[in-house]
Amino acid sequence: MAILSKEEARKILEKVLSFSKADGCEVNLNGSDGGNIRYARNSVSTSGEDSNISLAVQSYYGKKAGSATINEFDDASLEKVVRRAEELAKLAPENPEFMEPLGPQTYGPSKTWSEATAKITPDYRAQAAANSIGPASAKDITAAGFLEDNRGFTAMMNSKGLFAYNQSTNVDFTVTMRTNDGTGSGWVTRNFNDVSKLDTAEASKVAIDKALMSRNAKAIEPGKYTVILEPAAAGDLIGLMLFGMNARQADEGRSYLSKKGGGTKLNEKIVDERVNIYTDPQHDDVPASPWMPNGLARKKMDLIRGGVVKNLIYDRYWASQKNVEAVPLPGNRIMEGGSASLEDMIKDTKKGILVTRFWYIRAVDPQTLLYTGLTRDGTFYIENGVIKHPIKNFRFNESPVIMLNNLETLGKQVRVGGGGGPGGGGSSLIPYMKIRDFTFTSLSDAV
Amino acid sequence: MKRRDFIYLTGMGAAATMLPGIPVTGRPITPEEALMPVDPALKKQMADVALNAARSKGATYTDVRIGRYLNQFVITREDKVQNIVNTESYGMGIRVISNGSWGFAATDKMDKESIAKTAELAVAIAKENSRLQTEPVQLAPQKGYGEVSWKAPIEKNAFEIPIKEKVDLLLGVNDAAMKGGANYITSLLFMVNEQKYFASTDGSYIDQDIHRIWPTFFITKIDAATGKFETRNALSAPVGMGYEYLYARPQDKIQGITTLYKGRYDMLEDAKAGAAQIGEKLKAKSIEPGKYDLILDPSHLWLTIHESVGHPSELDRVLGYEANFAGTSFLTLDKWQSKQFKFGSNIVNIAADKTQPGSLGAVGYDDEGVKCGQWDIIKDGILVNYQTIRDQAHILGLTQSQGCCYADNWSSVQFQRMPNISLQPGKEKKSIDDLIKGVEKGLYIIGDGSFSIDQQRYNFQFGGQLYYEIKNGKIAGMVKDVAYQSNTQEFWNSCVGIADASDYRLGGSFFDGKGQPAQSSAVSHGSSTARFNGVNVINTSRNIG
Repeated sequence: MAILSKEEARKILEKVLSFSKADGCEVNLNGSDGGNIRYARNSVSTSGEDSNISLAVQSYYGKKAGSATINEFDDASLEKVVRRAEELAKLAPENPEFMEPLGPQTYGPSKTWSEATAKITPDYRAQAAANSIGPASAKDITAAGFLEDNRGFTAMMNSKGLFAYNQSTNVDFTVTMRTNDGTGSGWVTRNFNDVSKLDTAEASKVAIDKALMSRNAKAIEPGKYTVILEPAAAGDLIGLMLFGMNARQADEGRSYLSKKGGGTKLNEKIVDERVNIYTDPQHDDVPASPWMPNGLARKKMDLIRGGVVKNLIYDRYWASQKNVEAVPLPGNRIMEGGSASLEDMIKDTKKGILVTRFWYIRAVDPQTLLYTGLTRDGTFYIENGVIKHPIKNFRFNESPVIMLNNLETLGKQVRVGGGGGPGGGGSSLIPYMKIRDFTFTSLSDAV
Repeated sequence: MKRRDFIYLTGMGAAATMLPGIPVTGRPITPEEALMPVDPALKKQMADVALNAARSKGATYTDVRIGRYLNQFVITREDKVQNIVNTESYGMGIRVISNGSWGFAATDKMDKESIAKTAELAVAIAKENSRLQTEPVQLAPQKGYGEVSWKAPIEKNAFEIPIKEKVDLLLGVNDAAMKGGANYITSLLFMVNEQKYFASTDGSYIDQDIHRIWPTFFITKIDAATGKFETRNALSAPVGMGYEYLYARPQDKIQGITTLYKGRYDMLEDAKAGAAQIGEKLKAKSIEPGKYDLILDPSHLWLTIHESVGHPSELDRVLGYEANFAGTSFLTLDKWQSKQFKFGSNIVNIAADKTQPGSLGAVGYDDEGVKCGQWDIIKDGILVNYQTIRDQAHILGLTQSQGCCYADNWSSVQFQRMPNISLQPGKEKKSIDDLIKGVEKGLYIIGDGSFSIDQQRYNFQFGGQLYYEIKNGKIAGMVKDVAYQSNTQEFWNSCVGIADASDYRLGGSFFDGKGQPAQSSAVSHGSSTARFNGVNVINTSRNIG
């Protein structure tokens, strides 16, 4: 029920706008059906489904705006929600940064829907969990995992004539495998629009192998090391760097992209010239919605090319202040990679550390983008081209800007999920990467 | 679960990078609507529909939570109101045991037919889950309390205060900071009211009214010549109080190198102090890394307690239920069973308390109908207990739950969440000055900052807001670029001094995340100022060109 077609959505949105008496009105209509299954101690702990549809109306008078939402769609309810938004708008203080809605936009095609994902059932989820728990218990390993899937649509229309519609699916799977003696732990993540690409047995095997390989880790001294970062690890830090590409903060002098004496580092080289990062909503491996929730069209756009900052993110208000075009928040992030496999990269390393993932990453200094965090669930010492032994986890203190200046090699790309958090959500395509002089500052006993 | 709306606060500028993603569940309402509660008699009728429907389908236990969750957030920057958010989320969550397994379903359609259908769905899910269950649920016995109620002891309901008064307060705070030399300030006021009704087949019908408030700000100052910038956040605490928290009285202030707040908060005064201190911070000396004795103020220490004591003593983490997300715990059951695991020095006493007035975790009853109380976690330095809920109590040989069950919304399934966990004050008379006097080479840290800890809670790193160097028992001036790193057990065993009860204050987290799907909870951590010897301090300054 929660998934309305483009025409069904259009009909409701037109009806809502017909009730508007304000200077202007913008309506967002979103719906989703989703489900999840969570397991721990080799047994399912919780599972559930949710269905959600809601309509949000924003009405405005001059620079005073008010919003109201509803989840009932009869004519009387639709009129009521418009009146409510109008009442709230009249009560609101003036917002000098309020921007009138956008007029009609042109959007590229959408590739975010997968029929297979839309058809996921509770049985599928139970089987996916069983395919992960079974192989674990056979090897004296305890599995804890989470699978979450979603199908949904977003639509919007406003009194300036804009109409937008998109539908999308997503599935996200993570599992942590721990050896029953408590000395080994492995983890894996998979994220797709199309669930037919997901094989929880295959993914679970990767985590099981890592758990077995990571038993009885040895401590080595903290310090600066060459590291091979798996895409999940590198993606977390690079995502934070890209999220910080906000033009207003840079202009205001409180960003890593602010320049001494004023101005920003737009069009300046900040990282190694082999670093190329762009966004493209039509990318086949990480498709994203072709428009932002405010209706702004997303297009293929460079963020960093040849190590040079090519675009900053301008919201509509800040763009109007600076007389530039607004630049939407990217729906995905693609970092170009190389042809080397992980095996090739290990073979090519004289002395280094392989990192599966990072954990509990927190900002230490926004000026230099210094972050701290720890390695987790599979950290290994490499010597003369082979993995020698597992090592105890490290705490790092490192900036992604410094890290991408210390780039040695880029490997193959892998899709990683972006979550729904402050990073803006969406997925990323991130390569394996070898980095020199990565700063580890202390040891952790955590497994 | 049926319905879940997330409205992410936007347009918060630099503050957004300092705060976690803040999910607000609910629909927008007018401020007046927040003041109209639902009649408990009506809630009892609705609860009985669910209890009876579940029982008729074969549930052996059922609990019902009817929740009305109100949020009001006011967000400003410099001379502008950026956003005023008023939301309400109202609905019912039904949890059952059938065939020895849990099942849960929720609805916001509050007619009898929808409630009965939702109860039946919860039973059907429990039966489905039982096919994959390896051990049946063992629920600690709980007596029914009949029809009872509990209200947070607030003096002034924040939802009754006109929006204009709140906006004027924040804009006044911003003005004072800007006049004091700040370049930017974001100030916020978060207010929450949970109106919760719990009913179960044990015979309880519990009506509760819970209030929380958090005023805070983030000031930024830029040194145009060097291009460097620094930030200073508010020294307020989120608390389980009404608007009276913002009516500061002289007796609530602790005077020292900066004014510290106890029970009430003077936001305007703190903003003025913050604006002056941030200028000092820009010029402060960068710290020389090495070992220092740390004097930690309660406005800082609460977060270290939260991360290094609160989370590892959660029994569900110890057992592995959170292994795939937050992690497990180094406080394994064998350490507790040994009765001699030396968590901290002899003076370290850490207690759980769900009753402390003014705290974020205070309630009369938890979200599975257990009356709340207090108990020791660390006694004279030894690990003696954990945090449990009804289906875990038997693992510790307890005959009753400790009342740590919580769900962040009617649509979320309740699970084990942290009670207030606090360091008990020193037994000997001792002031902050007494603690500082004894330090030869040390740092005095005020306010919470950057924080990170591993998935078993051994290794951590914390920063703060204000750092003062101590030389030969005296404060020698402000320093910057400070973070300390330690191991939980080493750190708590290095605790050599705790100020007395007259210095005891609460800090806390308004948005503590846990679980998959993630849920948020609010929890306080109290302490007096404490001294930790020989902690490793690193310098966090870097150069990116």
